[in-house]
Amino acid sequence: MRWLLLKDLRILRRSPLLVTLLVVYPIAVALLIGFALSRGPGKPTVAIVNQIPKQQRSFDVAGSKLNAEEYLPAFLRSVNVVRASSPADARRLVREGKVLGALILPSDITQKLATGREQPTVEVLYNGEDAVKQRYVDSIIRARLAEANVALSRRFQQATAGYLRLLLDGGTLSVLGTKVDILGLKNAHAIVTGTIASLPPSSPLRTSLLQVAQFGRLAIDNLGVSRDVLKSVGQPVKVRQVLVGGRRTPLDTFAAAIAVTVSLMFLTLLLAAGLLALEREEHAFSRLVRGLVSRVGLLVEKISLAALCAFGVTLLMLLGLGGFFIELNWSRLPQWLLALALGAVAFAALGVAIGGLAREVRAASLLAFLLSLPIAFLALVPNGAVSAGLYDVVRAVSAAFPFKPTLQALDAGLNGGGGLAAALAHLAALAVAYTAVARLLLGRRFG
Amino acid sequence: MPTSVATQRATPAALAASGLTKRYGERVALREVSFAAAPGELVAIIGPNGAGKTTLLSILAGIQRPDAGAVTRPPREIGWVPQQPAVYSKLSVAENLRLFARLEKVADPDAVVARMLEQTGLAARAGDELGTLSGGNRQRVNIAVGLLAEPPVLLLDEPSSSLDPRQRARLWEFVRGQAERGTAVIFSTHDVQEAERHADRVLVLADGELLFAGSARELAATVQPAGGDVAGPQDFETAFVQFLRERGH
Repeated sequence: MRWLLLKDLRILRRSPLLVTLLVVYPIAVALLIGFALSRGPGKPTVAIVNQIPKQQRSFDVAGSKLNAEEYLPAFLRSVNVVRASSPADARRLVREGKVLGALILPSDITQKLATGREQPTVEVLYNGEDAVKQRYVDSIIRARLAEANVALSRRFQQATAGYLRLLLDGGTLSVLGTKVDILGLKNAHAIVTGTIASLPPSSPLRTSLLQVAQFGRLAIDNLGVSRDVLKSVGQPVKVRQVLVGGRRTPLDTFAAAIAVTVSLMFLTLLLAAGLLALEREEHAFSRLVRGLVSRVGLLVEKISLAALCAFGVTLLMLLGLGGFFIELNWSRLPQWLLALALGAVAFAALGVAIGGLAREVRAASLLAFLLSLPIAFLALVPNGAVSAGLYDVVRAVSAAFPFKPTLQALDAGLNGGGGLAAALAHLAALAVAYTAVARLLLGRRFG
Repeated sequence: MPTSVATQRATPAALAASGLTKRYGERVALREVSFAAAPGELVAIIGPNGAGKTTLLSILAGIQRPDAGAVTRPPREIGWVPQQPAVYSKLSVAENLRLFARLEKVADPDAVVARMLEQTGLAARAGDELGTLSGGNRQRVNIAVGLLAEPPVLLLDEPSSSLDPRQRARLWEFVRGQAERGTAVIFSTHDVQEAERHADRVLVLADGELLFAGSARELAATVQPAGGDVAGPQDFETAFVQFLRERGH
C-alpha cells in the first residue's frame, strides 16, 4: 500500500493545475459561503423626510420634555441615511432605486404625541426591486419604530403614574402656568374618617360618610397597584430566551465550521473519487487486484490519501480563519482535530463509493461535484423552513451523508457543548457503510 | 518457427484449465472449456466477437472467478497483459516498472527494471512519462510489466490490436523471445492470420464453447475447400470461416 500511496502522491505532484484547482476552488466556495452566512446584507440606503418644524421637535408630555431627534440615532446606525427635502423628493429617490426605502415623519407628529388624543402616523415607502433587501429594510424600520414606540410609551406611562400618585397622595399640579393644589385620596380619606369619629353615634350623616370613607379606602388600595398594571400595559409580553436544543454558537464561528466542512467535502470527495476512478481509467485496476493489492486494501489506500490531503488543507484553512477572523478555542484542539479527521475519513469513504460507481475520472468528478451541493444544502435546511413531514425527510437524507455529522462534530469541537461523541460515532458508521458500498461496486464484472 | 505440437504435448503443462464455465445471468459466456499450454508454447485463442475469449483470459488471470472448473496456477504466477496498456501515464517508464516490481515483491526491483528496459529496448526512454510514448512503446511497457515477476505463463489480450505493422512485428519478435526462454504465452486475437503466423496452437471459441484445439494446419485440414469439391490449399482465414460455418456459427 505504501508504494501505491507514493505513486498517487507522485501523480498528484505532476498534476499541479489539478491540485491547485482541487485546493483553491473548495476554499473559495467555502469562504464565500462563510462570508454570506456570517454577514447580513450591507447597510441599506434609506431616505428620511423630517417635516417636523424645528421649534416643535421638543414637545411636552405630562409636564416632561421629549425630543423627537433622540429617537433617530438608533435608526441611523442600521441604515445609510439620505436626507430628502420633501415627500415627493423621497418618492422619486425610491422610484429611481437610489434608496431602498423612505421614512416620512409628518409635521404634526409631535403635536399629536403631546396631546395624546390622536395617534400620529409615519409613512414608509419601499422599493420592491430586491425582495431580500426590501424585507431587510422593512424589518429594520419596523424594529426601530417599535423601539421608539416602546420608549414613548414608557414616558407616557411615567407621566400617567405621576398623575396617579398625585391623585393618591395629593400635591401640586401645574395647569396652564397656574399651580393647583390637589388634596389626594389619602388625605380626603383621613379627613372623612376624622369627621366620622367626631360625629355623635346617632348622627344621620354618619352612614353617608362611612360609605364615602369605604369608597376612599377601596380607591386607595386599587390605585396603589395601578402602577404595576400600567407597566404591563406598556409592555404586555416580556421575552425570556431559553435554549432547548443545540448550543449558543457565535455566528462567525458557525460560519467558519460550515466553510471548513464545505471545503473538506469538496476536496475529499473529488480526490477520493478521482483517485479510484483513475485506476480504472488507466486500466491498472484489473492488474492490481489480481493479487498485488486486495480491493479493500486499494480502498483503504485511496481513503487514507484523500482524507490525509483534505485534513491537511482544511486544518491550514481553519488555522488561517482562526488567525484572522474567528477566535479558536485552543483548549479544545484535540476535539476539533478529531472532528476534522473523522469527517475527512467519512467523506473519503463516500468519495470511493462514487469512484467505484464511475469508471472515468471525469465522470467521477462530475458525480462527486453534483452530489456535493445538494448534500450541503440539505444539511443546512433549518427546522421550520419546510413542513414537519418534509423536514423529517430532509433530516433522514442528511443523516445518510457525512456533511451534517461533520458540521455537528466540528461545531461541537470548536464551540464545546454536547453531541461530539454522537457525531463522531455517526461519521464512523458512515465511513464503514460507504467503504462497504465501494467494495461491492468494485466487485462488479471485470472489476 | 512454431514448435512441434507433439513435443509440446509430451512436456508437463505450464498451465491447465479444466471445465471452466462462466454465466452472466441466463447467458452462458463459457461452457466447460478445458485445455493446457506447455512451457514455451504460443497458444492463440480465436473466435468471433462475443465468443468468450476475454472472459476465458480474465478467468485464467484471476480477475474473474469461474462458476465451475479450475485453473492449475494461482494468479500471482501468471503474467497478465490486458488489451489496453494498464500502466500510469503520469509516471515514467522506469517508475511504472519499479512500482509494479515492488508490488510484485520481486527480490531486486532495480535489477529487474534494468533488465526489462533492456529487453524492451526502452532504456533510452526510461525517464519519459508514459503518456508521451507511442502506442507501440506503451504496449511494450504493458507487456514488460506482465513479465516483471518472470512468470512461467504470460496472458495477452488482443496485444496487437492498436499497433501499426512495424510495431506489430517488433511486438511479436519480443513475445517469441519470451516463449523461447520457456514462457508459455496464451494470447487472444481477432486477426486469424496473426494466429496462424505466430501460434503453435490455436483454440477456437464460439458462443463460449471450445470448438477446436490444434495447429492452424490441422484446423484447415478439417474443413472442405470453399466453393469446390476438390480439396486444395486455401488461406487460413477462409478455412477458419468455413470451419465456423460448418459448425453452425
